[in-house]
Amino acid sequence: MLSYLGKRLVGAVFVLAGLSVVIFLIARVVPGDPVRMALGPQAPQAVVEDLRKQLHLDKPLHVQYYYWVSGAVRGDFGISLMTNRPVTADLKEYLPATLELVLFASILHGLFGLILGIVAAAYSDSWLDNFVRVFAYIGVTTPGFVFAVLFMLIFGYWWHLLPVIGRIGYGVTVPPTITGMMTVDSLLTGNLPAFADALKHLILPSVALSMGAMSQEARITRSSMVENLNKDYIYMSVAQGIPRRIIMRKYLLKPSLIPTVTVFGLGCASTMAGAFLVELIFNWPGFARYGITGMLMKDLNVISATVLVVALCFVVVNIIVDLVVAYLDPRIRLQ
Amino acid sequence: MTSPSLMAHKTGPTVQRRDVLRRAWYNFSRNRLSVVGLVIVLLVVLLAVIGPYIAPYPGHAKAFVDFRNSNQRPSVRHWFGTDYIGRDILSRILFALRSALLMGVLVLAIAVPVGVVSGVVAGYLRGSLAEMVIMRVTDIFLAIPAMVLALAIASVLAPNLRNAMLAVTVMWWPWYTRLVYGLASSLRNEYFVRAAELTGASAGHIMFREILPNCLAPIMTKITLDMAWVIMIGASLSFVGLGEQPPIPSLGNMVSDGAKYMPDQWWMTVFPAIAIMLIVLPFNLLGDGIRDLFAMGEER
Repeated sequence: MLSYLGKRLVGAVFVLAGLSVVIFLIARVVPGDPVRMALGPQAPQAVVEDLRKQLHLDKPLHVQYYYWVSGAVRGDFGISLMTNRPVTADLKEYLPATLELVLFASILHGLFGLILGIVAAAYSDSWLDNFVRVFAYIGVTTPGFVFAVLFMLIFGYWWHLLPVIGRIGYGVTVPPTITGMMTVDSLLTGNLPAFADALKHLILPSVALSMGAMSQEARITRSSMVENLNKDYIYMSVAQGIPRRIIMRKYLLKPSLIPTVTVFGLGCASTMAGAFLVELIFNWPGFARYGITGMLMKDLNVISATVLVVALCFVVVNIIVDLVVAYLDPRIRLQ
Repeated sequence: MTSPSLMAHKTGPTVQRRDVLRRAWYNFSRNRLSVVGLVIVLLVVLLAVIGPYIAPYPGHAKAFVDFRNSNQRPSVRHWFGTDYIGRDILSRILFALRSALLMGVLVLAIAVPVGVVSGVVAGYLRGSLAEMVIMRVTDIFLAIPAMVLALAIASVLAPNLRNAMLAVTVMWWPWYTRLVYGLASSLRNEYFVRAAELTGASAGHIMFREILPNCLAPIMTKITLDMAWVIMIGASLSFVGLGEQPPIPSLGNMVSDGAKYMPDQWWMTVFPAIAIMLIVLPFNLLGDGIRDLFAMGEER
């Protein structure tokens, strides 16, 4: 298992290094002058030249890459032209809100995707199975931002069930920043009203984010369980008189979960990607909203930092997924 | 070389092929959902083609302002209502269908050949330098959610439909590389490939005439399902303004524009949102149908 982990880590470092080149190239192929764009057409030429020097944009490409990577490794992504602060400081401020959202959404899609899939498989070809199928089709075919807008309209504006803007309501005591995640911080300080309020704010965006992944996971869990149900070893257990309940739980679930875990990893990726739009819609002050705003303003330092942070999250998620799959499937770790 | 046996061989496959097609259609049509999918796909394509001719107010797809008719609820005159400057929503949706479908078709038209060719090459030439380079580059692109990097690429370029397509294409080919790589590297050990090698067939012949035809079923399935994905990502890009630029309508842009007028003028955002769901859904139904069809073929 350890050597397997080592192999994955080496691969991850390679992928990140490659990605850093790709990101660097993207940030440097911008048509037009990023400095001129940041300062506006009115700025005098001397100021433009100064900033260009300051950003090392006057040096050859490989030198620029060296500056950028050595900064990035130390966690220094330069100054954001949008906020006029170090990008790293911005990231520190905004990242927890997105992590809270994406983690909560991932718990939702992991949990309910699994439950829906198991229910559909256990009662396959019944009305429940059909219900899950229709639900999953709607979930798979609707982009997160469409869910976000529709949920906002229905549950927020029409039925007034849940708040639709930001992380916490006016007049609620904001918990002190410990982890930066409102729900966790309010729980840690025992501030239950703030917890309830933060949770309410979290529901609509996270459900909107999780629908797609939840549906994919439900579908893959169902089909993999139904497929394994027809295998000889299940027939044999049935013939041996082992109760159906135990067969389902003990012999069927574990091997059937392998594709689910893989899809869960992809689901986390799509949840994070979806956050770039959903945070914009719900005005969620997170890293994804910061990133997309930076993209729309062509703030190159923000763009490259954003993409690199997302990549880093994914490299970690993928390694965890691989380890879980290796745990579930001995054939992989013994290879 | 015109021996009777060869002539007979020539007529054989065509009859067989028709037979195979008929059986395939029979199997396909047994799955009601995928037939529904096929019908809606054809309907959407038809609407996209004739949309500009049947749109009640074709002029509204351009820079057009009619404040007297702004913010109209859905009615007989405007089925889906009008937007904040008086443009007919239905007409704009009909026009927007075109760019949504065009996005899917063009992105896949470029990404699929690139991915398939690199995948076959890497899969057949296992252990070569080509395999190493291709697969490591693929790993890098697959390590990050396609939409995030597509957003980043589109954002540094000028915002328009062409650059949005370019950005998604750059992110899309690696999925085909990995799919075909897996298939090709298992097919290369099959007897028919070995036989071709022994008769002295060139690497090109083996890769593209022997291996590739055997990869078509999963590729076709993925293309159909990916039409749905690419349309969704295209809508997401245009939602943040990195696609077709106003006043030309695009579905994502209509949703985000309309969202500013929620909840009172809900129709501005709800109808384009439903339109997105309705063009994505049938490609999924159809793709699932095709996948089941090929799975059935393998079982036989």
